[in-house]
Amino acid sequence: MSRILTFAEAISEAMAQEMERDERVFLMGEDVGRYGGIFGTDVGLYDKFGPNRVIDTPISESAFIGAGIGAAMEGLRPIVELMFVDFFGVAMDQIFNHMAKITYMSGGNFSVPMVLRTAIGGGYGDAAQHSQILYSLFAHVPGIKVVVPSTPYDAKGLLISSIRDDNPVMFFEHKLLAGLDWLPFGVKGEVPEEPYTIPLGKADIKRSGKDLTIVTASLMVHRALAAAEKLSAEGIEAEIIDLRSLVPLDKETILTSVAKTHRLLIVDEDYLSYGMSGEIAAVVAEEGLYDLEAPIKRLAVPDVPIPFSHPMEDFVLPNEKKIYAAAKALVQE
Amino acid sequence: MAKLTKEELIKMYSQMVLIRLFESKIGEIYGKGAIPGEMHLSNGQEAIAVGVCANLRADDAVSSTHRAHGHMIAKGVDLKKMTAELFGRKTGLCKGKGGHMHLFDPSIKFGCGGIVGAGMPLAVGSGLAFKRKGLDSVSVVFFGDGAANQGTFHESLNLAALWKLPVIFVCEDNRYGISVTKEMSTAINSNADRAVSYGIPGVAADGNDVAEVYQVTKAAVERARKGEGPTLLEFTTYRLMGHFEGDPEVYKPKEEQEEALRNEPIIRLEKVLTKEYGVNVEELVKIKEARQAEIAEAIKFAETSPWPKPEEALEDVFVEGGVR
Ligand SMILES: Cc1ncc(C[n+]2csc(CCOP(=O)(O)OP(=O)(O)O)c2C)c(N)n1
Repeated sequence: MSRILTFAEAISEAMAQEMERDERVFLMGEDVGRYGGIFGTDVGLYDKFGPNRVIDTPISESAFIGAGIGAAMEGLRPIVELMFVDFFGVAMDQIFNHMAKITYMSGGNFSVPMVLRTAIGGGYGDAAQHSQILYSLFAHVPGIKVVVPSTPYDAKGLLISSIRDDNPVMFFEHKLLAGLDWLPFGVKGEVPEEPYTIPLGKADIKRSGKDLTIVTASLMVHRALAAAEKLSAEGIEAEIIDLRSLVPLDKETILTSVAKTHRLLIVDEDYLSYGMSGEIAAVVAEEGLYDLEAPIKRLAVPDVPIPFSHPMEDFVLPNEKKIYAAAKALVQE
Repeated sequence: MAKLTKEELIKMYSQMVLIRLFESKIGEIYGKGAIPGEMHLSNGQEAIAVGVCANLRADDAVSSTHRAHGHMIAKGVDLKKMTAELFGRKTGLCKGKGGHMHLFDPSIKFGCGGIVGAGMPLAVGSGLAFKRKGLDSVSVVFFGDGAANQGTFHESLNLAALWKLPVIFVCEDNRYGISVTKEMSTAINSNADRAVSYGIPGVAADGNDVAEVYQVTKAAVERARKGEGPTLLEFTTYRLMGHFEGDPEVYKPKEEQEEALRNEPIIRLEKVLTKEYGVNVEELVKIKEARQAEIAEAIKFAETSPWPKPEEALEDVFVEGGVR
């Protein structure tokens, strides 16, 4: 049975079902308890599972993210919430040097079956320290799986897979997808009641087309879909690939699509340089260059922090109009 | 402790009223959607901002948090430029790039940011610079009781104590870090007690009594100016509003809020002024009206200021000609 859920509700349901299924699963982070998570993703869990399994932590990210790692090494399956990805810096050592590397450094003697969930993205004027995407930063460090869902259905299935995964997984939830009143946009969608999994590392073709491939993730999947509708009205059919995870990366789906469409646009809400868009471009340049009929095009934040004021924020973030224009230009090359 | 004069107290009252009225107005405008991003107001905490900053000179540095309007006003910001920044206008303090949580003004030596606990190391740095330059300026850092659980708090206290830096650590205990109470996040009652482990003075005081805040800070500032090192102050107060505008506040008991309203610093100061200093009510009303007019002017300035051009987003990532 499916019902219509918001993105945030799908996430909370995934956690609830996994906590019911497996005693070892618990949630901790700032304001995850009575508040229910600042982006509404933890609503209902505290009432259902109580303060021993839904733990409000002090504002001590280094300590509680590190504690998640330690608990995971001891066999528990923590879900730890970092309120905004922008705050990762205060716990960077725990994430980069411990969560990511203990399995490897111990020669596989220890595993760290932990999920670090965090909110990403801009678009509502929250400025440079509360609007970043940053998933590429984590994808760069070996040892962390990086999951980036775009729909409620994907969010639930991917989160359950992440919780059951024996590796550390970072799970990135775009604020504008959550479906909160005080934020613009928000997605709802059909979500089955029963638990289900979606394999990590399998991209999803959210729209098929023959004229160009648009590779993207998270909120930008929706922006790209909207742009594709407009392009379609003009006879241009875009194929839209939702990566769903950056690590593992589904190269095959990308390369197969590019072999079909011969054109590639990468849309990334992260900074342009040294990131996801560069990685995908490199993969296609290395393994699919001869399929291309035009240079690869990238659309991303032009290497500036996210500004506060609307006119400037709109200018730096990719959106439907920019995707439309870039796609059209690419097809006409 | 010497009693404050009527003039001194009236001046502080006037500042507190400015902060309260300004923030209430900003809350109203934010509610209508005219201001982007999040909005954290400090209603109820005005006595700390004003009592602390009344001890400071223009050459003293202040570092603050996501809840910075009060501190910035008390340090003497140009209200028009600050308001324009909240509205995202080109005439704002940071040309519309910073906004409500990231307010910077070198002319009053003020900075703040949205990462909890991040101001403390920076304040240690300005203290270090003052000491190296042989100045008697001090560096003040405001932070919440929640931030006192960050590693930066402990590391900064240790450094400042070790190097005997002129830093005043001002913890505002408003009971909450978003929805989490102080009892749920800190195993001891007063953060001031933590000073012991760094070998510096720690003082706990009533943050809703502006005279007490002033006096306690005065001693810390004098000590710092004399080169005797840092002090940790913790002031108890109450966050009268939600954590941010739009916070449903389901976690806050109603009785607690009512009690807090009876104890809030502006009403308390009005009682002191009228009962102990013989100030008549009309005088207080006049002060409020003058402040209202100032606020209206600042808001008008902001609203009629131009927006930044979109391409200005690309400027200021680096300093122009950044080689010296
Ligand atoms: C490093 C970091 N963690 C979490 C947050 C989210 N956050 C913003 S304000 C806040 C509560 C801060 O509480 P406190 O320090 O007591 O200050 P108050 O809000 O009470 O003024 C939290 C958790 C943040 N901005 N930065």
